[in-house]
Amino acid sequence: MSVGTVKEVQRRVHMTLQVNGEEIDVSFAPYKTLLEVLREDLGLTGTKHGCELGECGACAVLIDGEPLLSCLTLAVECAGRAIETIEGLAQGTQLHPLQEAFADLGGSQCGYCTPGAVMTAKALLDKEPSPTPQRIKEAMSGNICRCTGYQQIVESVERAAGCCRNAEREAT
Amino acid sequence: MNEIEQYLAPRRLDEALQAMANGDATVLCGGTDLAPQTESGARQYTAKLLNIRRIDGLGGIAAETDQVRIGAVTTISEIRCHPALAEIAPVLVEAAEHFASEQIRNAASLGGNLCNASPAGDMIPPLLVLGASVELACWRGGAVQTRLIPLERFFVSPGKTVKLPEELLTAVVFDRPAADFVGKFRKSGPRPALEISTVSLALGARIADGLLSNVRVAMGSVAPTPLRARHVEAALEGKPLDAASIAAAVAATAEDAKPIDDVRASAWYRSHLVRVFLEEVLNDVRGN
Ligand SMILES: Cc1cc2nc3c(=O)[nH]c(=O)nc-3n(C[C@H](O)[C@H](O)[C@H](O)COP(=O)(O)OP(=O)(O)OC[C@H]3O[C@@H](n4cnc5c(N)ncnc54)[C@H](O)[C@@H]3O)c2cc1C
Ligand code: FES
Ligand code: FES
Repeated sequence: MSVGTVKEVQRRVHMTLQVNGEEIDVSFAPYKTLLEVLREDLGLTGTKHGCELGECGACAVLIDGEPLLSCLTLAVECAGRAIETIEGLAQGTQLHPLQEAFADLGGSQCGYCTPGAVMTAKALLDKEPSPTPQRIKEAMSGNICRCTGYQQIVESVERAAGCCRNAEREAT
Repeated sequence: MNEIEQYLAPRRLDEALQAMANGDATVLCGGTDLAPQTESGARQYTAKLLNIRRIDGLGGIAAETDQVRIGAVTTISEIRCHPALAEIAPVLVEAAEHFASEQIRNAASLGGNLCNASPAGDMIPPLLVLGASVELACWRGGAVQTRLIPLERFFVSPGKTVKLPEELLTAVVFDRPAADFVGKFRKSGPRPALEISTVSLALGARIADGLLSNVRVAMGSVAPTPLRARHVEAALEGKPLDAASIAAAVAATAEDAKPIDDVRASAWYRSHLVRVFLEEVLNDVRGN
């Protein structure tokens, strides 16, 4: 479905979604959330199903670079918008610094909250390369974790921020 | 679940209003109220789903003139991060600061917060003390018609407003507050993030030569709709901000706040919070 048009949709919508830089044709029932389409229709099960009420952050993805909750977003709304999920983060076998830090510092334990937490942290670091611990806590206050006690998550994001800044410096 | 048969994402306001003319469209903005409500079965989509996010001119904050205008689809994040608004109406920015979480703020719209008409809507008390009005538009007689309603008269009961089904809320407007205007906001919940307000309170007033004037006090979650606390306002109007006027205002809250017991808090606790918040904001202002 193209952007800004008025169109009839019968039972199923056919449209192109841009996920992790790839254009994917998909067809789904119009009331389906982005979370459901990612997991059920595109097989991208990295994004997690938590509360489906907007309260836990497990389903957070980036849409046009902003962290949003895929359980509250209808997939039909996403025409023409760039969706980023956890599956798009690693470059081949090269993990993103956030993924490495979460693994090394215990920021991920059972891992259920991790995709949402990592994507939310990525949006933060893309905009603010040197956030304070307070700012990290605040930006990630919508991501609930039952395992880590949060301290390791904050440390992981700080470590990753440092790695991203170093990589940036080396590149320039 | 009802089937959505038509999904519309128009670019133009007149197109959207024509699609709404029969009053049978479900308006979707950020979906942060609509999605949980349809998910839980509290509400159903109608056959026609209208996404208003892509309509040109329905977003944006114009704060340069004597009148501040905030488009209906403006997100809470945009309000929170708007430098001019932080200067002119910090009370509104403060409420945005305490709203839900980063991910929700990125989706949630100002118009959605008002149209959802929850007694706990956090943007409402600050807008009431700023004396805001809402602009409603519809398609009638072959043209776009608009009317302006003071926000105070917008809410009818939980989830109900005076907005007709064929009307779209297009903007919120208020006069640029005077240079001596002070505004404060407080809300409470069991934790700082992701909390629906147990009670919220906003104060707006002008202060000149130590005397309060144009006092407005608004409260959320103490009645079926957010309200102006007239008795509290009367206790403060024209008064110096001292221990006696603060005590009188705090006592007057009993006349205005008529909270109920529900799953989030008891009526007693809510009444207590209102008194504490009012005293805090008044002492805050006095301290400055
Ligand atoms: C986890 C969570 C936490 C929350 N925390 C808070 C909080 O701290 N404070 C708070 O106040 N709220 C909170 N909310 C509620 C919600 O996020 C807000 O009310 C939000 O502002 C709604 O905006 P929206 O754009 O998402 O509305 P939508 O869900 O898109 O719409 C809400 C309603 O308004 C109608 N509507 C929307 N825009 C218009 C318009 N322009 N004209 C006519 N009708 C319209 C829709 O049809 C619908 O009935 C929370 C919600 C969740 C899920
Ligand atoms: S599943 Fe989306 S916030 Fe919990
Ligand atoms: S690591 Fe288990 S919920 Fe966060």
